[in-house]
Amino acid sequence: MYAQMVKSEASQEDPEKLAAFQKRIDANEKIEPKDWMPEGYRKTLIRQIGQHAHSEIVGQLPEGNWITRAPTLERKAILLAKVQDEAGHGLYLYCAAETLGVSRDELTEMLLDGRMKYSSIFNYPTLTWADMGAVGWLVDGAAIMNQVPLQRTSYGPYARAMVRICKEESFHQRQGFDIMMKMANGTPAQKQMAQDALNRIWFPALMMFGPSDKDSVHSSQSMAWKIKMNTNDELRQKFVDQTAPQAEYLGLTVPDETLAWNDEKGGYDFAEPDWSEFHDVIQGNGPCNADRLEARNRAWNDNAWVREGMMAHAAKKRAQKVAAQ
Amino acid sequence: MSDPRNEWPLWEVFIRGQHGLSHRHVGSLHAADAEGALKNARDVYTRRNEGLSIWVVEAAQITASSPSDKGPLYEPAESKVYRHPTFFDIPDEVGAM
Repeated sequence: MYAQMVKSEASQEDPEKLAAFQKRIDANEKIEPKDWMPEGYRKTLIRQIGQHAHSEIVGQLPEGNWITRAPTLERKAILLAKVQDEAGHGLYLYCAAETLGVSRDELTEMLLDGRMKYSSIFNYPTLTWADMGAVGWLVDGAAIMNQVPLQRTSYGPYARAMVRICKEESFHQRQGFDIMMKMANGTPAQKQMAQDALNRIWFPALMMFGPSDKDSVHSSQSMAWKIKMNTNDELRQKFVDQTAPQAEYLGLTVPDETLAWNDEKGGYDFAEPDWSEFHDVIQGNGPCNADRLEARNRAWNDNAWVREGMMAHAAKKRAQKVAAQ
Repeated sequence: MSDPRNEWPLWEVFIRGQHGLSHRHVGSLHAADAEGALKNARDVYTRRNEGLSIWVVEAAQITASSPSDKGPLYEPAESKVYRHPTFFDIPDEVGAM
């Protein structure tokens, strides 16, 4: 999802302590920053929350691409508010990760030099205004699927950040669907633009949940620790079941000829995305990987003088205050 | 590796949601100084009218109890059940008390 293929770490600690820790998790007790926790739990969470935070931050870029070209002032204000929310979500998550003993700058540097990943979805381009609709509807829709259960995750600061994020996320999906409705009911050219956006974003959105459970090696420890609440396939199925009727409502066609309701399983049958494409994008070879990292590096480097200047200003004011006393 | 001394310090943010309620911890953020922290708190934690008043405190200034002290720290309260009104049986005929 926003955190895909997070490698979970085994723990080498005292079995008695590990068992007591697992008992707390099983009893649905929240683990707080100062509590004892296995090293593997701590490291896996840093990786997962960090990747989630990076996804929120990098996720601003494909949408930021359209702020200056939104079709109306109202759409522009809405998109601006949505992108600002994404920044906020990144900040909530960075703070949660920092309670595990990693610094903000370390997390940023690991994103910038490629040691940490962000969701594969943000390595795809946003080519038309309809992509703003499809991204809100499908990408934020997929994110909600994953984030709602994470409100019950075992690590207190992560769970609380998720509660806050989920409250705001529904606006994102609805504004996207609203754009899709408008375009699907517009001129034939507008409807075609909406269909084209759905065609391009459908499979990358399905990839957000990560590889199929049979190929997902990191799930079981994370699920025992309740830092992953559902399997990738469960969430993907849920997403398709929710989204397929919405596409039908819009009068658009999901780009999957095999998509069909299966009465027996009570859900849709659907085609898997091309996993070789997914792995390729994760490896850095998606259409926009280089652009995204370049944009983040530029923002960090070009604005270093602001960060340093404000620290110098704060130090000067502190010194003046001391001198005046 | 950037110099950790140059990282903006961490601030804890407390917000009064409505009249009559106390300030409540909502999260944390980084800022160079207190005024910056207030402005950032406005942008990060009150985008939907969540607050009437914001407090920011530098995280390093907070002293917190440790989870391992839980036993000795709260033991004195545990042995004093008579502090709760339900400890006393008042006959029904006395009425509400």
